[in-house]
Amino acid sequence: MTDVAESSTSELAYGRTEWDDYHHLPTNTGLTNEKITMWSFLGSDCLLFGSLISTYLLLRNRVGPATSGPTAADLFDIPFTSVSSFVLLMSSLTMVLAVTSIQRAEMERCKLWLLTTAALGAIFIAGQVYEFTSFYREGLGFTTNISSSAFYTLTGFHGVHVSLGIVMLVTMWALVSGGQLGPERAETIEIIGLYWHFVDIVWIVIFAVVYLIP
Amino acid sequence: METVAASEEEAHEEHHDHGLSDVGYIKIALILGVLTAVEVATYFWDFGILEVPSLLILMVVKFQIVVSYFMHLKFDSKVFTYVFVTGLILACAVFAAMGTSMVFWQNPSGCDLSAFC
Amino acid sequence: MALTEERPEILELESGDTSASTGAFARPTNATGWRAWVFTVDHKKIGIMYGVVAMFWFLWGGVEALLIRAQLFTPNGTVLTAEQYNQIFTMHGTTMVFLVIMPLAAAFANYIVPLQIGARDVAFPRMNALGLWVFVFGGIFLNLSWFLGGGPDGGWFAYAPNTGVTFSPGAGMDFYALGLQIAGIASLVGAINLIVTIINMRAPGMTMLRMPVFTWMILVVQFLLLFALPVITVALILLSFDRTFDANFFNVSMGADPLLWQHLFWIFGHPEVYILILPSFGIVSETLPVFSRKPLFGYSVIVISGAAIGFMGWGVWAHHMFVSGLGPVGVAAFSATTMFIAVPTGVKILNWIATMWGGNLKFTVPMMFSVSLVSMFTIGGLSGVMHSVAPADTQQTDTYFIVAHFHYVLFGGALMGLFAGMYYWWPKAFGYKLGESLGKWHFWLLLAGFNMTFGPMHILGLQGMARRHSRYGPEDGFDFWNAVVSIGAFIILIGMIVFAVNIVRSWLGYKAGTVPQEPADPWDGRTLEWAIPSPTPEHNFDYVPVVTDVDDFWHKKYQPDANGKLRKIADGNAIAQKGDQHPHLPSPSYWPIVLAAALPLIALGLIYNLWITGIGLVLLLGAMYGWSLEPATDPDAGHDGHGDDHGDDHGPDNHDPDGSNEAESVTAEEAPVD
Ligand code: HEM
Ligand SMILES: [Cu+2]
Repeated sequence: MTDVAESSTSELAYGRTEWDDYHHLPTNTGLTNEKITMWSFLGSDCLLFGSLISTYLLLRNRVGPATSGPTAADLFDIPFTSVSSFVLLMSSLTMVLAVTSIQRAEMERCKLWLLTTAALGAIFIAGQVYEFTSFYREGLGFTTNISSSAFYTLTGFHGVHVSLGIVMLVTMWALVSGGQLGPERAETIEIIGLYWHFVDIVWIVIFAVVYLIP
Repeated sequence: METVAASEEEAHEEHHDHGLSDVGYIKIALILGVLTAVEVATYFWDFGILEVPSLLILMVVKFQIVVSYFMHLKFDSKVFTYVFVTGLILACAVFAAMGTSMVFWQNPSGCDLSAFC
Repeated sequence: MALTEERPEILELESGDTSASTGAFARPTNATGWRAWVFTVDHKKIGIMYGVVAMFWFLWGGVEALLIRAQLFTPNGTVLTAEQYNQIFTMHGTTMVFLVIMPLAAAFANYIVPLQIGARDVAFPRMNALGLWVFVFGGIFLNLSWFLGGGPDGGWFAYAPNTGVTFSPGAGMDFYALGLQIAGIASLVGAINLIVTIINMRAPGMTMLRMPVFTWMILVVQFLLLFALPVITVALILLSFDRTFDANFFNVSMGADPLLWQHLFWIFGHPEVYILILPSFGIVSETLPVFSRKPLFGYSVIVISGAAIGFMGWGVWAHHMFVSGLGPVGVAAFSATTMFIAVPTGVKILNWIATMWGGNLKFTVPMMFSVSLVSMFTIGGLSGVMHSVAPADTQQTDTYFIVAHFHYVLFGGALMGLFAGMYYWWPKAFGYKLGESLGKWHFWLLLAGFNMTFGPMHILGLQGMARRHSRYGPEDGFDFWNAVVSIGAFIILIGMIVFAVNIVRSWLGYKAGTVPQEPADPWDGRTLEWAIPSPTPEHNFDYVPVVTDVDDFWHKKYQPDANGKLRKIADGNAIAQKGDQHPHLPSPSYWPIVLAAALPLIALGLIYNLWITGIGLVLLLGAMYGWSLEPATDPDAGHDGHGDDHGDDHGPDNHDPDGSNEAESVTAEEAPVD
């Protein structure tokens, strides 16, 4: 442990490079923090819906002792739900078109597609409201039996996700209209698009597993 | 759908960052629409023993298409694939085990499906 | 990296001079006083606040523990009624897990990780503050139950239907379900933030396999949180719906299956126990090499086994349910996976022992705590393997043997590691060391008290003493060991008082000048946090450190000479950065705490009156919009004109209309890509 070379310290000291502007530092992966955030969140949401869907599947036929009414599956209106599923599916297309148009700096078109996407989402939600009310009229309340609790919780959670997505889309539309969000922030729209598509794929699973598989 | 995908991919080799053209996306949406129609058809016609497997396969294919193309995962950084697919696989594995355990294993004398199916 | 050669103009930022900007209200400006803490977005202050709040709850959880021990001191104890006893042990467990160990780990993660990877802050500083305040309000909310009709009384794992309204009619379980939900939001926010920080904000040259082990373990833990929290979120939602809206998920008279709750809870619960222990594993993986003066034995093995534990931790949850009627196939399968998971855990222990083997051991206080983690955790791990043998577990489950197991892993493991971390990093955070001799008193009292408290529980458990019973009879033959246990608990209390005295004395001494100011590198450390002054300057690093090795700082100090003998070539304190630059920092913000305050309101309303929920929701929405309209960095605070509100973006500006971005791809190539 001899000879602590003082002279070499400046060579060895950390700091051969300067801090560039902190907010515009390159990231290790070259990806933005926001996008990694969204994908991580979606990975997490997989387990949220995984829990909800498996809970529903385990409970869907439990109606308890004689008194307890129909299951949700007894009341499904497949043609109706097929249409609303299709609407949600197509909203993924319009979403993707909103992203490509803002990437090309076509702001008017982007606004149009954003609104269309939100509108298609709203149609889906309206369909769900209609479905819930008609089930309720047919005697399937939230507390009727285990099956009904599980059904409303699962589809309700998905509905909340869609509604949040609509709020975000409308906000984006307002920002684009007001000029606060230009093509340089196309990635923001893309990230919200990721969320929207995810909500769509969850419905793809719900539609098949909950509605179609007998 | 593979062919559409493949040709589109070639067209976009240069900037593979951003996936397909608008037309490409519309084609993808058409495919998704057709697959959905097939799914719904199982409701109107009897597919017998094939019904459940075919619905599951269609579901997975649709899922895959939306994730790969609409969500760009196919063209994007692998980091995104890792975080997302980890969650997806964990969810599938864990809940498959939980479901199996609750439906089949709980009753050693066999499956008491009557309570569930 | 697109790094400029000449030094960019360094912008002065005295946080005092920030002024009103795009947000709806003026931004907070005070750099001193309480405002400097409450509205801060600085990861170091946030880390310290996590620690302070967690230690407060530790005090409260300790009081609960002592009440339990007072009750069980003698047969037929009369300190608590059975109802009170249920509430106290439930809240003891819940507090210690969710309000003490998790936030203490969050304290270290927040403070240390950005320093270890050479970053100036985390990826999203405001979200970091949000996580803190949500946790603070969640803890307060949970404990409000004491004043509003009694605490939750269903055990920390809250088995439904026992926790339904039928069997637990008070509001306590509602506070539990909603309070944990709030705490979960805090952890999720923090988890995503740290994941992004670690993936994206490492210093140039620091590849994943050059990252310090503590940072690695924190990364694994954040992924566990990311994927485990949604499961308990769903379980708690189902429970809340049952209790609040009369849903039927756990209504057995309707044909519910009680195992559903158990599965969901433990699918979360087992990853959770690794969430609790892995940060401490990370801490001792830092301290043992430093105080053995040897590199960590098998760096990559430790990292990989940590990640393996993270994965395997998902496949063992039903070992908590061996006697629940799982069926023989399930029991056999989960018994086998549980035995396997002991393997990567054992690998780590062997690596730590090999690290110390032949080392030049320095028994400082952090080292003593670290060694006690290695030994005490091993005892707990071994009793864990005993539980994995299902027939044996049938005898042990729900007895004090289990209580002994999880206290050896949680107290002897997690908590000992966290104390090691406190003594180790205290000079970095505050500029002075905690007193050595009082620290040793603290350590020995804690170690003795701990073993006296939890060691005999093994015996009691095997004798058949059930856990969670408020009384035992004189004829049971449990009195002797219970008395020993209770005395042990009070010795722990004395140890903790010594700790408090130590903190106060060291601090007063530091103020008075009798406790020395520590230099940048007081322990001859190995990682980047020691390359900057103590206490850490507000902006962390003057310059981006460039990393070429694992334990980079060490290699800057020691190099092999011509004969291959390791020689000291530089003094850590001399080569450390000086902390004399004043770069631009993220600005403080009101919104995190406002947004966080909305959550307990929403939850209270769900229990008492939906109008309160409405008010909470309005506040929530307002805060969210206020937040998103406010740029992460105050543009008026002196900046280079990039004052556009691009959220909390600390990454590159991907501001390219068509996404084909030349500059970005250059960046991506030159920055370390893993
Ligand atoms: C070597 C690895 C480990 C094995 C094989 C193991 C095994 C087990 C088993 C089989 C049980 C269930 C016993 C029963 O209820 O009948 C159990 C309970 C428990 N373990 Fe572990 N364990 C290990 C490590 C850990 C760690 C690292 C922690 C936390 C830091 C932990 C915390 C707990 C807790 C809190 C319980 C009790 C839960 C309760 O019933 O309240 N274990 N362990
Ligand atoms: Cu476990």
